[in-house]
Amino acid sequence: MPDSIDRQIIVATQAGLPLVSRPYDALADRLGIGAEEVKARLRAMLEAGVVRRIGAVPNHYALGYTANGMSVWDVGDDRIDELGETVGKLSFVTHCYRRPRRLPDWPYNLFAMVHGKTRTEVEGGCAIIRELLGTACRAGDVLYSTRILKKTGLRIQD
Amino acid sequence: MAGERPAVAIDTLDECDRRIINALQGDFPLSDEPYREAAESLGLSETELLARLKRMLDERVLTRFGPMFQIERMGGRFVLAAMQVPEADFNRVADLVNSFPEVAHNYRREHAFNMWFVLATEKPEGIADAVARIEAATGIGVAAFPKEREYFVEMKLDA
Repeated sequence: MPDSIDRQIIVATQAGLPLVSRPYDALADRLGIGAEEVKARLRAMLEAGVVRRIGAVPNHYALGYTANGMSVWDVGDDRIDELGETVGKLSFVTHCYRRPRRLPDWPYNLFAMVHGKTRTEVEGGCAIIRELLGTACRAGDVLYSTRILKKTGLRIQD
Repeated sequence: MAGERPAVAIDTLDECDRRIINALQGDFPLSDEPYREAAESLGLSETELLARLKRMLDERVLTRFGPMFQIERMGGRFVLAAMQVPEADFNRVADLVNSFPEVAHNYRREHAFNMWFVLATEKPEGIADAVARIEAATGIGVAAFPKEREYFVEMKLDA
C-alpha cells in the first residue's frame, strides 16, 4: 500500500507529468525529496500495479474512435470465466469484466467494451463476440454512448 | 458539464503526432531526461516532442500525459453504476449526478438504463455512501455493478 510520500507523488502527478526536460527533478523540488526517490517510488508503484503505466492518455474521440459500444451478455456461470478471458483477448475489446446480474431488469453478467470508428465496426466486433460465446450465451445487447456527461477521472484530494 | 462535447481533433494530427501517440502510451522512461530519451527513439528533438505533447494536450487529443493509477491497489474502489432516468428529467438529473465528486465519468447510453457512471472513492465504504446520497438527491434508484472479475483492461488505441 502506498505511504504518505507515495500519496504526495500521486497527488502531484495525477493531472500529468511536468512538461520540462527533467520532470522528476521538478517533482522532487516541489515535494522536497530527491529525484532518485521520486523515480524509485514510481518504479515500485509500477511493479506493484498501483501505476498501470506511464505515458500518453489519448482522448479516443479525438483519435476518431467515436463509436463506443458497451456490449453485455448473459453467459452461463459455469463458462463465464473461461469465455471472459477469451473475449478479453480480442483486439477491439478495451475492457472486459464479469459483473453481477440485476434481475429482473438486467440479466447480463459479461461486459465487453468495444471501441470503433463507426457503429458498423462495433457491430462487426459484437457479432464476433456473439459467435465466440456460442451456446453458453442466452442473450446480449449493445449500449451505445450518445453523450459524454462527465469525464474527469479519479482525483485524490490533497 | 452536461452536454459537453469532446473535441474531435483527428484532422489536426499529422503522421508525427500519430507516431508519438502510438509509441508513448506506456513505458515512458524513469530517467533524468525521459523526454529526450523518448524523443531520440522517435527520431525527434526533445524540444519538438515537448512542443507536440503540449499542443496535443491543449487541443485535448491527449487527456493527460503521465502515470495512470489503479485506485484499487491504493485501497480505493471504482464501481460502475446505472440509473433509469425519465427522459423529460434527464438533464436535471445529469447535473445533479455530475455534481458529486465521486462521479468520475458519466455517459448517456441508449437503453432503459440510460445513464451509466463510474463512482471512484478512496475507501471501499465510500461507494455505498455515494450511492445512498445520489439516490436521495435524485429520487431514482441506482443499480451498482461492481466488477467481480477483470478479464482485460487496456485502453491503448492506434492513432
